[in-house]
Amino acid sequence: MGAAGATRAETELGKAEMNAATTGTQSPESVAAAQGRPAKTLETRSVNLYYGDFQAVENVSMTVEPNKVTALIGSSGCGKTTFLRSLNRMHELTAGASVDGEITLDGQDIYGSRVDPVQVRRLVGMVFQSPNPFPTMSVYDNVAAGLNLNAGRVKKSEKDEIVERSLRGAHLWNEVKDRLDKPGSSLSGGQQQRLCIARAIAVEPEVLLMDEPCSALDPVATLAIEDLIGELKSKFTIAIVTHNMQQASRASDITAFFNLEETGKPGRLVEIGATEKIFTSPAQQATEDYVSGRFG
Amino acid sequence: MSTLDGGVLPDWSSYGVVAASGVLAAALLLAAGIFSVALLLVLTVFVTAVVTYTWSRRIEGPRRAKDRLVTLMIVAAFGLALIPLLSLVFEVAKRGIPGLSLEFLTESARGHIGGGGAAHALVGTLVITGAAALISIPVGLMAAIYLTEYGGGRLGRALTFFVDVMTGIPSIVAGLFAYALFALIFGPGIRLGVMGSVALSVLMIPIVIRTSEEVLKIVPNHLREASYALGTPKWRTIVKVVLPTAFAGLITGMMIAVARIIGETAPLLVTTGVVDSINSNPFSGRMQNLAVYAYSEYRTPGVFKQASYDRAWAAALTLIVIVMVLNLVARLIYRRYRTEIR
Repeated sequence: MGAAGATRAETELGKAEMNAATTGTQSPESVAAAQGRPAKTLETRSVNLYYGDFQAVENVSMTVEPNKVTALIGSSGCGKTTFLRSLNRMHELTAGASVDGEITLDGQDIYGSRVDPVQVRRLVGMVFQSPNPFPTMSVYDNVAAGLNLNAGRVKKSEKDEIVERSLRGAHLWNEVKDRLDKPGSSLSGGQQQRLCIARAIAVEPEVLLMDEPCSALDPVATLAIEDLIGELKSKFTIAIVTHNMQQASRASDITAFFNLEETGKPGRLVEIGATEKIFTSPAQQATEDYVSGRFG
Repeated sequence: MSTLDGGVLPDWSSYGVVAASGVLAAALLLAAGIFSVALLLVLTVFVTAVVTYTWSRRIEGPRRAKDRLVTLMIVAAFGLALIPLLSLVFEVAKRGIPGLSLEFLTESARGHIGGGGAAHALVGTLVITGAAALISIPVGLMAAIYLTEYGGGRLGRALTFFVDVMTGIPSIVAGLFAYALFALIFGPGIRLGVMGSVALSVLMIPIVIRTSEEVLKIVPNHLREASYALGTPKWRTIVKVVLPTAFAGLITGMMIAVARIIGETAPLLVTTGVVDSINSNPFSGRMQNLAVYAYSEYRTPGVFKQASYDRAWAAALTLIVIVMVLNLVARLIYRRYRTEIR
C-alpha cells in the first residue's frame, strides 16, 4: 500500500476514533435509540501468520461481516486464535511473531505503515478465553478502565452513565449494582467474563473479537453469554473463536472452518459460509467430517 | 487385615521418641563422663533418628519410615539454622540494653568525655540510607521495568549481566568507588554524607533491580493483553495495570533492599568518616551511621572503656530493631495491598 493510501487509512482511523469518542459521551437514551448502528467490516486478503520461522496460518482470505456473528471453528492448534489476534494487532505482541497479507477495516489497512496499533485496538476490542478483570480495580473501575487508561478526561457523571450502560449491555448491572466498589475478582467466573465484556464494550469499539469466551464457564453462564452475543451484534461486528459446535450453530450467523493438514503444517481456512449451510450441507468433505464429529 | 488397613504409630510417638532419646542420650553421656549441651543435642537427634526409623519401618513400612526420617532431618536442620540467629539476637539484646538510655538516643557525642549518645549516628543512618534509597529506588525500578517490559535484546542481556556482577561487588569496593569519584571532583580527603549514599546505592541498585524484576515478572501477561485490547498505550498499561498489580511486592522488595544496606560499615568508613556532632546535611561535612559508630566506639574506646563498649552494643541493638521494624512494616504493607493474581 502506497504512502497516500496509508495517510488515508490514518486519517480515517482517526475519524473513526473520534466517532467512537462522541458516541461514548452520549446519554443512555440516545445510545438506545442508536441501536442497530452500522458497524464496520473486517476483511483479510491472503493473510499469513508466523511465529519466528514457523508458519501458523496460511493464506486466509475472508470477510467478517458487519452486525453479524462470525464463528471460527476448527481443531486445536489450527490457528484460529492466532488469526483472531491478528485482527486487532495483538498477534505482533508475541516475540518473533509476524504478519503478511492485508487486513482492512472498512477498506483501511490496519497494518499500514503509519497506523498506530493502539488506535486499531481501540476500534477492535477483544474478550479473552479466561476472564481477566484487573485485580487491583473495583467492578466500577474495571468497566471504566478503558476510559481511565486512555488519556481523555471524562466527567464523573458521564463515566457513571457509560459504566451503567456497559454493565446493562453485558447483563450484569442487576447483579453488581450494589457492589460496584468491590474488587472485580470477587465476582463468579461467569460474572467476571461478563464484566470483561462490559469493559470491552465501554470503549465503544466497532468490532468485538472473542477468543473462546465460554470455555471456562458452566452451561448456565455460557447461555447467558451467548444470549448477550446475540444482542451485541446489533451494535458491533463480532468474531468468535469456539470449540463448541453447538455454540457456533446457536450463536453465529456465519461460520468459518479452519483446519490443518497435519501437525506442524500451517492452518488454513477450509470453508466459510452461512452457519446453517456449514452445519447442514457443507461444500467440503473435511468440514462435514468435523461438524458431524467424525474427526478432529 | 484389609489391604488398606496398614499399621500406624501412635500420635504421641514423635514427641515420645524425642523425649525418650533425650533421656537415653543424657544417661549415655553422663555414664561416659563427657556431658555437654551440644553433645546432648547431637546425640538426641541421632538416637531419635535410629529409633524412629526402625520402629516405623517395622510397623508402617519403608515409605513412611523414610518420610519420618526426612521430616526429622528437616526439623533438625531448621533448629540448627535457628541457633545462631537466636543466640545473636539474645546476646545483642543482653549486652545492648544496659547502654540504651534516653541520653543515648537524644544526645550526640560532642562535648562529652567518654559519654554522650548516638543521636548523631541515628540521624546519620536515616539521612544516608534515605538518600541512598532516593537514588536507588527510581533507578532500580526503572531498570527493572525496562528489563521486564522492554528489554529482550542485547542491551537487556548486558544489563542483566552487569546487575549480576554488581550484586557480587564487595561493599568496600563500592565505598572506594564513591570516594574516588568525589575525590576527582572535590580533591582528596573529602568526606560527605552523600558520598556514603552514592556508595550504598552501588550496593542497593542491583538488589532493587533483582527483586523488582522478579515481582514484575509475576504479573500475568493476560492483564497486559487485556489492557492493550482496550486500546491502551504500553506506558499507560505499565503505570496503571502492571505497577499497581505488583505494588505490594515492589514495596517489600525495596524494604528488604533498605534493610540490607542500612547496616553497612566499610564503605561508610571511607566516605562519610567518623564524627561526634549531629549533622543532618548530607552535602556538607562528615556524617556517621550506627554501624560505623558501633565500630569506632569499640575500636577506640574513651576513658571509660566499659561505657564505650556498652554504647557499641546499644548501637548494634538499635540497628537490629530498625531492621526488624522495617521488615514488619514491609510485611504489613504486603498483607494490606497484595492482589490475588492467578
